[in-house]
Amino acid sequence: MSDFIHSGWAIFVAAATIVSLLLCVVLLAIASRREVMADDNTTGHVWDADLREMNNPLPRWWMWLFVITVVFAAVYLAFYPGLGSNAGKLNWSSQGQYEAEQAKARTAMAPLYARFVAMPAEELVKDAQAMGTGQRLYLNNCAACHGSDGRGSKGFPNLTDSDWLGDNTLDGIKKNIAEGRVGMMPPMGAAVGSTDDVRNVANYVLSLSGSGHNDVAAQLGKAKFGTCAACHGPEGKGNKTLGAPNLTDRVWLHGGGEQAVVEMIVKGKNNIMPAHAKVLTPEQIHVLGAYVWGLSQSTRVAAK
Amino acid sequence: MTGEPAAAAADTGADKREAVIRLYQKQPEIYARAVSGWFSAWRWALVWATQLVFYGLPWLQWNGRQLVLFDLEARRFYIGALVLYPQDFIYLTALLVVSAYALFLFTAVAGRLWCGFACPQTVYTEIFMWVERHIEGDRMRRMKLDAGPWGANKLLRKAAKHAVWIAIGLWTGFTFVGYFTPIRTLGGSALSLGLGPWETFWVLFYGFATYGNAGWMREQVCKYMCPYARFQSVMFDKDTLVISYDAERGEPRGTRGRKTDLGAAKLGHCIDCNLCVQVCPTGIDIRKGLQYECIGCAACIDVCNGVMDKMQYPRGLVRYDTQTGMQRHLPRSEVLRRVLRPRVLVYAAVLVLISGALMTSLWMRAPFKVDVVRDRGALARIVEDGYIANVYRLQIMNTTEQVQRYRIGVQGLPRVATDLAGDVVVESAQARWVPVAVTLPPDDAARAGAGSHAIEFVVETIADAAHTAAHRVQEHSTFIVPR
Repeated sequence: MSDFIHSGWAIFVAAATIVSLLLCVVLLAIASRREVMADDNTTGHVWDADLREMNNPLPRWWMWLFVITVVFAAVYLAFYPGLGSNAGKLNWSSQGQYEAEQAKARTAMAPLYARFVAMPAEELVKDAQAMGTGQRLYLNNCAACHGSDGRGSKGFPNLTDSDWLGDNTLDGIKKNIAEGRVGMMPPMGAAVGSTDDVRNVANYVLSLSGSGHNDVAAQLGKAKFGTCAACHGPEGKGNKTLGAPNLTDRVWLHGGGEQAVVEMIVKGKNNIMPAHAKVLTPEQIHVLGAYVWGLSQSTRVAAK
Repeated sequence: MTGEPAAAAADTGADKREAVIRLYQKQPEIYARAVSGWFSAWRWALVWATQLVFYGLPWLQWNGRQLVLFDLEARRFYIGALVLYPQDFIYLTALLVVSAYALFLFTAVAGRLWCGFACPQTVYTEIFMWVERHIEGDRMRRMKLDAGPWGANKLLRKAAKHAVWIAIGLWTGFTFVGYFTPIRTLGGSALSLGLGPWETFWVLFYGFATYGNAGWMREQVCKYMCPYARFQSVMFDKDTLVISYDAERGEPRGTRGRKTDLGAAKLGHCIDCNLCVQVCPTGIDIRKGLQYECIGCAACIDVCNGVMDKMQYPRGLVRYDTQTGMQRHLPRSEVLRRVLRPRVLVYAAVLVLISGALMTSLWMRAPFKVDVVRDRGALARIVEDGYIANVYRLQIMNTTEQVQRYRIGVQGLPRVATDLAGDVVVESAQARWVPVAVTLPPDDAARAGAGSHAIEFVVETIADAAHTAAHRVQEHSTFIVPR
């Protein structure tokens, strides 16, 4: 029972259920035995001076239907939960049924996945059946953030380009799906210096990829870039081991332009990819990983 | 039900006497007498027509599969050349509307025609009664058999009857399930006792329903269970042809010799032979007028016409006639002319209209369907060179039984384009999700302005190598330009 309800209520509900069922039988017994009063095929009741109730007896089998419903209720309550907090003889629960159905589905899919698990990414992406499964897994689990086409949006990485923050081998992708990933940019405003310094560094960062920037500010900011180089490298090419993005391409996961970059330097960012090991089986992650790997290998794998 | 007076009530003033009247009573068994005649022949014709279709249809093969198959697990419904998806539910709705209007029409014209001739309850009861008659004999012999003591003869006949009934019931259940599981496979697994739990359940359930309803319940189904039985009476009016007893001509009833002078004996044409009551499957006396139990089977017309022939009286003492026709002694042609009254014409017009719309819609049906679903995660995004991209998922449902190639395009804004490189291939009778990114160049986006714009996906089947579009489906959606 719930924490908020006293267990006495379970007994009350069970008692009320049993008493109601018994009363149904009693009512039926009384009604079926009643001997009614008139010999003119009416029940003898008269309303409004002349309105009489005709007696049209129901067929007897109809009465047995009532009895059957009561018997059914008793049998049901014996086997299934219903009498207060009693779980019933079958110990049925919706959670249990769900798990049984999941287990059944996994058994049914096992031979299919057994074939896929033995295949490396290069072969999986050529297998139409594997990619069909991969696409369905992707659309159900990943597309909400990364988009149906895998190109992401602001804050959610594009999976179809070659610019990966982490390890983009099949194993690396599988690890990220299973365990999730945290992309952490610490707030660096104080380390860089004044507001002007931050703005100058931002312009220097933008200049690395040839994005729109102020040349003078960029020149001034170059000196302060050392603080950033610890992670992003002296040339700003990033560091995959640390997950530090390459700043020399035009991929701006959290938005390009001076304002967005300034904000990132000052406030930092904690960007989380949630872990999926509890949602997906290792076999599913294998196929899904191959699908995602495939997305990054060519422009489109899905639409052949 | 009038019972025998049990005790006289000695209450002051009230002259009511008490009687035992129970609220539940065993219904008397009805032993309907066999009948033959014009209407009976029609009923048998309909028994054959409906049951040949029901029992035969699942055995027909077409194009390597069952001609009619409702594959619930895969959610594909094969009817002849049609492959229907759950999305085609509207056709079932239309079919139900057509059925309802057909019922209205036939009932307004000639009463409970459906009940008397085509309803499965009537049809199976007719088959079961035929079996009963051939094993236990006709009415009198059956009554004698039931009243008599249990002996070898009675036991054998009863056992044989129920065995045949159960066999018919099981075959009916098997056929029913054969519409949902390919019947040939089902037959194989039934022979090897390898039916699945649900298949077993439905074969037995449907079989039991057939056996119980057509063997045991019979008229009780029409009287106490069927909603349409009561509901049809509401659609009768004074110009509806119903089975009527011509009381004016028949009364006073009474027995007489064939040569009796009716004028001198003061008798009508009804010889009170009671045959109309004996043949009635619901056990009513049609001479008491129209009753809710009457299912319009016209057995009484058939049997009475036979009697009238023997007596050399004109036929039609019991006949299809309307209330107005009976009251005003209208000639047959006038009665039939009055059938074409506004309500009948309205029912017929609606029926024709909806049937026509259903047929047209099936005829014009494109061999595939498209659903467009916008991505919810991000409404729009800015990609390389300031292009605006919106992402959609298109579900393409192939309703043919060949592999199909589709070309997906988009229109509605200048220079709007999809990112799809090639055609999309969808397997026979399968559905496939295709993610599509639609892009708009920045200057066109600026011209269109921020907000939501109507666009249209155009999906075409590619008929051959020359890339000629055979069919096209247009599906609306919106394209969002961010502020």
